[in-house]
Amino acid sequence: MAKVALRVVALTYLLFLLVLPVGIVFWHTFQSGIGPVLDALSTPNAVHAIQLTVLVAGGAVVANTVFGVGTALLIVRHRFLGRRLLDALLDLPIAVSPVVVGLALILVYGRATGAGLWLGERGLDVIFAPPGMILATIFVSLPLVVRAVAPVLEEIGTEQEQAAWTLGASTFQTFRRITLPAIRWALVFGVVLTLARGLGEYGAVAVVSGRLVGQTQTATLFVEERFQNFDQPAAYAMAFLLAAMAIVVLLATNLLRPREAA
Amino acid sequence: MSITVRNVSKRFGDFVALDDVSVDIPSGALTALLGPSGGGKSTLLRVIAGLETPDSGTVEIFGADSTHLPPQRRDVGFVFQHYAAFKHMTVARNVAFGLEVRRRPRAEIKRRVQELLELVHLEQFAGRYPAELSGGQRQRMALARALAVEPKVLLLDEPFGALDAQVRKELRAWLRRLHDDVHVTTVFVTHDQEEAMEVADELVVINGGRVEQVGPPGQVYDEPANPFVMTFIGPVTRFGGRLVRPHDLELTAHPEAGAAPATVVRVVRLGFEVRVDVRTHDDDLWVQVTRAEADELGVEAGSRVFVRVPPGGGLAAVAAGG
Repeated sequence: MAKVALRVVALTYLLFLLVLPVGIVFWHTFQSGIGPVLDALSTPNAVHAIQLTVLVAGGAVVANTVFGVGTALLIVRHRFLGRRLLDALLDLPIAVSPVVVGLALILVYGRATGAGLWLGERGLDVIFAPPGMILATIFVSLPLVVRAVAPVLEEIGTEQEQAAWTLGASTFQTFRRITLPAIRWALVFGVVLTLARGLGEYGAVAVVSGRLVGQTQTATLFVEERFQNFDQPAAYAMAFLLAAMAIVVLLATNLLRPREAA
Repeated sequence: MSITVRNVSKRFGDFVALDDVSVDIPSGALTALLGPSGGGKSTLLRVIAGLETPDSGTVEIFGADSTHLPPQRRDVGFVFQHYAAFKHMTVARNVAFGLEVRRRPRAEIKRRVQELLELVHLEQFAGRYPAELSGGQRQRMALARALAVEPKVLLLDEPFGALDAQVRKELRAWLRRLHDDVHVTTVFVTHDQEEAMEVADELVVINGGRVEQVGPPGQVYDEPANPFVMTFIGPVTRFGGRLVRPHDLELTAHPEAGAAPATVVRVVRLGFEVRVDVRTHDDDLWVQVTRAEADELGVEAGSRVFVRVPPGGGLAAVAAGG
């Protein structure tokens, strides 16, 4: 009896919070068939928003993959002063509101400060431009790869790596042939989460982008802007695309992953 | 000497793992580093391999100062207690690993892997993954992998420690035969004195971060340097203020010269061996006799006997320390 009740509660919860809202977005999107959806997604502004979203999310994925694996190795394999502090700080981006992250980046890299001015004089605008948006997305998705990879590194231990060293493998060969294959599924999982977060990020990107239509407007900003301007078909179409991309990526990961991933 | 360790010390925080250790490992022999857990023997092996850096002291491998060489450049093969199998590679790829990172020609790698798999009797498992092998098979694979690069020295860290008793016995006999065939200088760590006695040409007894005694198994057993070695290397009991081997003592029914009167406390029959616990005026001790001897004496709890060191027996004994 208790089991059935638990199931009912869990499923009802999921239904109202997840299935129903997403389902209604899908339903609204295709209310008048697929034609209007394709039209809405092929306007220049929509295409630009999609391209920019892919650039920003892709940039964050690349940066956080490299940084995430490096940091995970650092906090799992090395003991140094401040390690625990670093470990705790890594979760900060999850705890801090994305809007605060955006404001902080403006304060550091905006034209009003030394760093921003110096970069701007050399032709690199950070704020109200893609670099700042990539930075903001990197920040908010910072811990995802680290937190996926670190427990696996902990679990596999160092014996396989030491065995590789005694067999003559260099540090890089050991990483590529031993460590990387051992963490690959955790890494894929972390990358997928980072990608999903990057595609969907709104708050931090909204603050640093300046929301210039056709210039610094990502897919999420496009949804919001179209919705505010009573262009609901375009808003729903892009919202559907974002949700669909996330679902495809998650499904692909689950299908690719071998059942007994050891 | 193939490996010369001089004045090596190593601490982990407050724990002294190695305290000014000096050891010479003879070429071509099978040497056991024997001692209780936490005594420093694994640390010494890892220092030789370059997996740990000593705080002070030097390590020479075949005459070359290797103290500051990374493990990649020491020409050692290392076998871990828990196999350290590369889980995502087949048995053949595991064995080929050292040759592949050395960029040897493909044909040579293939031939060499085949040879080694035959040597360790795993040729029909070449395409399997480590998870599909038993513990003993995994350890033989790890051995083949270490031998593939033709190391000057083979180092084994408790190689049979994770295996069950039956497989352990088979593998240690097999390791001895393998060494007689391959002749590579081999050092293995064990806490099992029986294993060390059975397999090794030379024992290095290590305790508390120090070398207690070095010598062939028979010599260490018969002429232990101190009470620790005496106690660790075989069974001991205390008789007349000395530590002696229980099988070196004799029980008699009648008083003989030098015999102490005793009362039998307990008789334990372990198949062929019989363990007799007795109490003399000064000591509680035990004597190991054969079943025939026990039957002839008719010992049972409460019987009166006499204990003595038989005259002319090669007796291993040390004064009992504090």
